[in-house]
Amino acid sequence: MTLAATRPRSPARDAWRRLRTNRMAVICGGLFVAIVVACLVGPAICAAFGLDATTLDLDLLAAPPSRAHPLGTDALGRDLLVRVLVGGRIAILISLTATGVAIVIGVAWGAIAAYAGGRVDYVMMRIVDTLYGFPTIVFVVVIRAVFDTQSLVSLFALIGAISWLTMARIVRGQVLTLRHREFVEAARALGARPTRILFRHIVPNTLGAVIVYATVLVPQTMLVEAFLSFIGLGVQAPLASWGTLVTEGATQIAVSPWVLVGPGVAMGLTIFALNFLGDGLRDALDPQSRRL
Amino acid sequence: MLAAVATIAFFLLHAAPGGPFSSERRLQPAVQRNIEERYHLRDPLWKQYTTYMGGLARGDLGHSMKRQRSVGEIIAQHFPYSVKLGCLSIVFAVLFGTAMGVVAAARRNTATDHGLMSLALVGISIPSIVLAPIFIRFFALQLGWVPPARADGFVSYLAPAAVLGLIYAGTIARLARAGMIETLGQDFVRTARAKGVTERTVVWKHALRLGITPVVSYLGPAIAGLVSGSFVVEKIFQIPGLGFYFVDSVASRDYPVLTGLLVFYVGFLVALNLIVDIAYGWLDPRVRT
Repeated sequence: MTLAATRPRSPARDAWRRLRTNRMAVICGGLFVAIVVACLVGPAICAAFGLDATTLDLDLLAAPPSRAHPLGTDALGRDLLVRVLVGGRIAILISLTATGVAIVIGVAWGAIAAYAGGRVDYVMMRIVDTLYGFPTIVFVVVIRAVFDTQSLVSLFALIGAISWLTMARIVRGQVLTLRHREFVEAARALGARPTRILFRHIVPNTLGAVIVYATVLVPQTMLVEAFLSFIGLGVQAPLASWGTLVTEGATQIAVSPWVLVGPGVAMGLTIFALNFLGDGLRDALDPQSRRL
Repeated sequence: MLAAVATIAFFLLHAAPGGPFSSERRLQPAVQRNIEERYHLRDPLWKQYTTYMGGLARGDLGHSMKRQRSVGEIIAQHFPYSVKLGCLSIVFAVLFGTAMGVVAAARRNTATDHGLMSLALVGISIPSIVLAPIFIRFFALQLGWVPPARADGFVSYLAPAAVLGLIYAGTIARLARAGMIETLGQDFVRTARAKGVTERTVVWKHALRLGITPVVSYLGPAIAGLVSGSFVVEKIFQIPGLGFYFVDSVASRDYPVLTGLLVFYVGFLVALNLIVDIAYGWLDPRVRT
């Protein structure tokens, strides 16, 4: 037997192999990447064809899709294709950063609760339980309305700040099973400090579960952004996101449905792709876990 | 806990830059003073706080700054619309979702299962902001089955309740499937099968009760989510429920209504979660200790 044949497969490789066999998940992953790339480079390509997000085509106000404007134009005569692509940048940016915020809070919260154990764990997890039943989004609405902020940074931070609960629970569960494993004992025997053990040795091992849940969290935060934009507290003009475009489309559904269709389909497809990819990743990275 | 929320609400209210009166044209000083007196804005902060909390203890949530009504009146008049809509959509979501999940679990790994679960995922993925206008366009304007907006009679609640319930139906279907698959592998199910009970009775009678416990524990968060969902749906379908008022008070910067409704929502959801916990104990005797 040659050495090459017995070369151990790394867990990541193993997971990738499992994921590849799930055709739908791969298609959905590709679809998401394609949407991101389209949003990044699309506006530049459209500019080459003379389409941009701000030019008003005054001959074609709220015109249905045509050769010049593949997705039609909005009430001010702006091309919807470019607006959808540009809006996608903001929508994806917001949901990725908000997810990042939620990951940081959720991982730290869950890991500390599980590692500290006892009363600390009890109190921290009761807080999570309590917040679960809370209309946290209503808090965000009140805070955004009362402080009248329009900054994007506060939007990321607030959406992230209400989205970490499930992440904390998942990470806590993982850390609880990991903290008595031999490699943790070894680290402790070598004299590593608790914070080092927790964040250098245990947390990296929860990465699989974190990635899986983060994939599902991105579409959720995207929905929150759309909701906030709908009630006028999300992204503010002149910036546009899918949320604001969809809101615009919703008001014009009776007269010009295509104003809703473009951004609506873009948003629905992105969310669907990520949800499906999340399912595939769960099966690949975390075979024992139950589907939620 | 309600007191904590109310305190947060109170201080948010006071940290607010400007208010509903500041943006309008300059008022005469006497008028300005009268208004400020009416809302106790001239008292020192601690006194305003005790007045507000004292009012809350008696069930007084404060007064609207834009309408000549108290927050309590607004809730009394408009909450019933939201309750009707919410109940209908929860019933829709639970019935539809559970049925899908149970059927999928019973036919695990067949085409039926995969089809139903993909459908559930599609349901989860369509934002209600997109779905609601499409429903209006299609069912109300094109087919004329339901009125496009306003709450007159039972029929007008159907479309908004379906939109609102659909997202939760998807999640419930997934939870019910997972719960049922786990339950169907347990010993008491094997015993029932061994006794010769038909498969249908095993699934729908023996396993269902334990299998849907994840669904029940999801109802708490679902109802919390339903509140925010109702803002969108009530606004688009023009149903004069509380969600509609909430969005409206955001737009008109009517802070007392905003914070009053916040306190109300929190109290309402805390009570509901308690009920869910009790229901959980009834469904799964093991958590009763």
